Amino acid sequence: MDERSNRQALVSRILTFSCVDGPGNRLVLFLQGCNFNCITCHNPHTINHCNHCGDCIATCPTAALTMDERGKVLWHEAQCTNCDKCTDVCTHNANPRIKRYTVMEIRELVRMHRFFLSGVTVSGGEATTQLPFIIELFAALKSDPELKHLTCFIDSNGHLPQSAWEKVSHCLDGAMIDLKSWQNDTHRWLTGRDNHRVIPSIKYLARVGKLHEVRLLHIPGKSDLDTEVEPVAELLNSLPDTVQVKLNAFQHHGVVGEALDWEKCSEAEMNRFHQLLAARTGDRRLTLPRVYL
Amino acid sequence: MSECNSPFLNRVQEIITDANLSPRQKNLFLALTAEAELPYMPVSEAVKTVMEEGVLCDMFEGHAPFKPRYVLPDYARFLSQGSKHLELEPAKDFDDALNMLTIIYHHVPSVTNIPVYIGQLDDVLMPYIGDLSEDEIHQKLKHFWIMLDRTLPDAFMHANIGPEDNIICRTILRVDAELKQIAPNLTFMYDPAITPDDLLRQAASNICECSKPHIANYPMHAGSYGDRRFGIVSCYNSLPLAGGSNTLVRMNLRRAAAKAKDAKDFLDNVLPACSALMVELIDARSSYLHEQSNFFKGFLTTEGLIEESRFAPMFGIYGMAEAVTDLFEKQGTTVRYGYDEQARQLAHDISAKLAEIVDNSPVKYGLNGRAVLHAQGGISLDTDATPGVRIPYGTEPDPISYVQTTASQHQYYTSGISDILTIDETVKANPEAMYNLCKGALNAGYREFTANVASNDLVRVTGYMVKLSSIAKFAAEGSRTNTTWLGAEASKNTGILDRAPRVVSFESNPVYNPTYS
Ligand code: SF4
Ligand code: SF4
Repeated sequence: MDERSNRQALVSRILTFSCVDGPGNRLVLFLQGCNFNCITCHNPHTINHCNHCGDCIATCPTAALTMDERGKVLWHEAQCTNCDKCTDVCTHNANPRIKRYTVMEIRELVRMHRFFLSGVTVSGGEATTQLPFIIELFAALKSDPELKHLTCFIDSNGHLPQSAWEKVSHCLDGAMIDLKSWQNDTHRWLTGRDNHRVIPSIKYLARVGKLHEVRLLHIPGKSDLDTEVEPVAELLNSLPDTVQVKLNAFQHHGVVGEALDWEKCSEAEMNRFHQLLAARTGDRRLTLPRVYL
Repeated sequence: MSECNSPFLNRVQEIITDANLSPRQKNLFLALTAEAELPYMPVSEAVKTVMEEGVLCDMFEGHAPFKPRYVLPDYARFLSQGSKHLELEPAKDFDDALNMLTIIYHHVPSVTNIPVYIGQLDDVLMPYIGDLSEDEIHQKLKHFWIMLDRTLPDAFMHANIGPEDNIICRTILRVDAELKQIAPNLTFMYDPAITPDDLLRQAASNICECSKPHIANYPMHAGSYGDRRFGIVSCYNSLPLAGGSNTLVRMNLRRAAAKAKDAKDFLDNVLPACSALMVELIDARSSYLHEQSNFFKGFLTTEGLIEESRFAPMFGIYGMAEAVTDLFEKQGTTVRYGYDEQARQLAHDISAKLAEIVDNSPVKYGLNGRAVLHAQGGISLDTDATPGVRIPYGTEPDPISYVQTTASQHQYYTSGISDILTIDETVKANPEAMYNLCKGALNAGYREFTANVASNDLVRVTGYMVKLSSIAKFAAEGSRTNTTWLGAEASKNTGILDRAPRVVSFESNPVYNPTYS
């Protein structure tokens, strides 16, 4: 790879300590932008890229947002208190607080933290909307003697076609995929997109040994993973034993709009869903949520 | 009730009739109250003044010290030679060894009257395992552990294990996670050259279960005291084995900083001046112990389990966070300790200066004539200053930024530094992350790694363990364990439990305070 690579990613957040984004402690990059438009999104301001309309500038109490002479909205990190007022007013599901990082900058950040890490996870938004960056980053990590032991993970909605997974799989150690519904119609209604790529993604990643975790979102009365439990269980049963299955409960935290009127997934409801699945999936461990908000 | 017409008698009366303290706890407070009636050992007016100002504090150790603060007997020697005084033969087998330890613990004094150090247990017990099976060792150690918690219920009591992999070390980790008791506290020594990764993983997963053990950076401690010549006692105090600490005096850096014009004045003038007074107080306290109390005529000394020359005074400091913020404030700059590089740098410079002062200040009774520097973990009465060099409660950054803020200071605190990292409970499902964090912290120069998992009922409040559920129950019913009431007081005074999952560190005897709720 070109040592001087200056390919950039649009990053909304970086965590250097996370124990919920794959095995061990991980440095997590949250990339801005998503190709789904889920009614139940918990971080709607990560969906779109800023269109520089300028609506958020006046709401900033500390003048951390300005517009430059070319009409671009600028964010001045030092002044920002992270009060979230700007993302609250943005009607475009965007965020003015986005930073650009090059592959080399992220590589050096990882190096600084390497003794604390099991690896790196790229999340989103939808991470794979910036796939060329991810491929260069992972390749850079894998070819660095001090960093090559770190595992490289992607957290994704699974919408990537197989041909694109094939481009990243040589430097990918694991993927975590969300499955939000079984029937295509339900999926399209919930996410704005077909799911005809999600299930093939799961199968492909499992086949090449790169599937780390599948997450099933349960929205009582709305998603269909409970009513379609037979084919869902069949899919899970076809996966290698090493694949973790996590059951996520729909909660209101962070959600905006119509889904706020939907019933939250209670512990009892989650247990019902869990029993349906567990009865059909043998010894496979299904991880339940730790807390219900 | 008859009339009590002196403050002393009132106090005695109050303690005796307290509904929440056990008779044993009352004995302790009565003794402290009686000792406090003696005149304070002679010190200069200048020392008295800084004590009144709250710059220096003697940790309520009493007016006439008659026992060292921390004692670390050589238990291995005790088992191998027996004791004339206690009329005990050398230990013959595992049961014999456990029984002898149980006996001697009751003869090891400390500031809390409960032994703060119960030994490097794998070194101490390995010679006696004979051909016992794993199950048998497990059973016996489990009973031993339960006995310790029920008869010496104080979380200052500290056991050490590691860095080698052996059956005692592994079994103690297993028993500790099974029982999740407050006592004993536990330190696991880690040496990257010797300790297998899977043993450190077991320790890290124990932390997720019960916020124990602490992980000590073995090569770093051994570098200060010599191989196998030290122990970790009470909370995060690293001290000479077969010796200990004769006294702990501490300086409130925030109050000291108030006397300075600016950071330079603080480093060049105020710190050296306050330190000189601190050495005077240390000398006064330790002289009384070594010259008048007759402590070193007891059997621990005559039978060679401790040596008088291996006792060092601890030169404690706390309130670094506030001192740094206040010093910048004097220059018209607002900084946040834990976030700003210039704050980190000044804290580092202050720690380096303190280490230099301690290295260059002879004391009358010290280890090689010197005191040992200590970042003191606070006591339950502290309200205006954060323990040691910690980042203030509720304002802590993520654990890695935390480590990077204080790591460079760890090298200076020979006798321990009590940083505690608070980790979200999601780590329970991913103990490997705890392992990563621990390895990263030690690699960054941490002398001791201590983590507290947010949702654990068993948490560290100022450095010793308490059960959250018993704090809630205590005001009404009293507590079986000595440390719960410290926790009750600390949480009331410092708001610890209101904040982000939080802890502080502690190592003092409490003062009697009748209103806990
Ligand atoms: S963040 Fe939203 S409101 Fe602000 S300029 Fe961009 S699109 Fe407009
Ligand atoms: S989050 Fe930052 S940029 Fe946004 S409104 Fe608040 S201070 Fe301004």
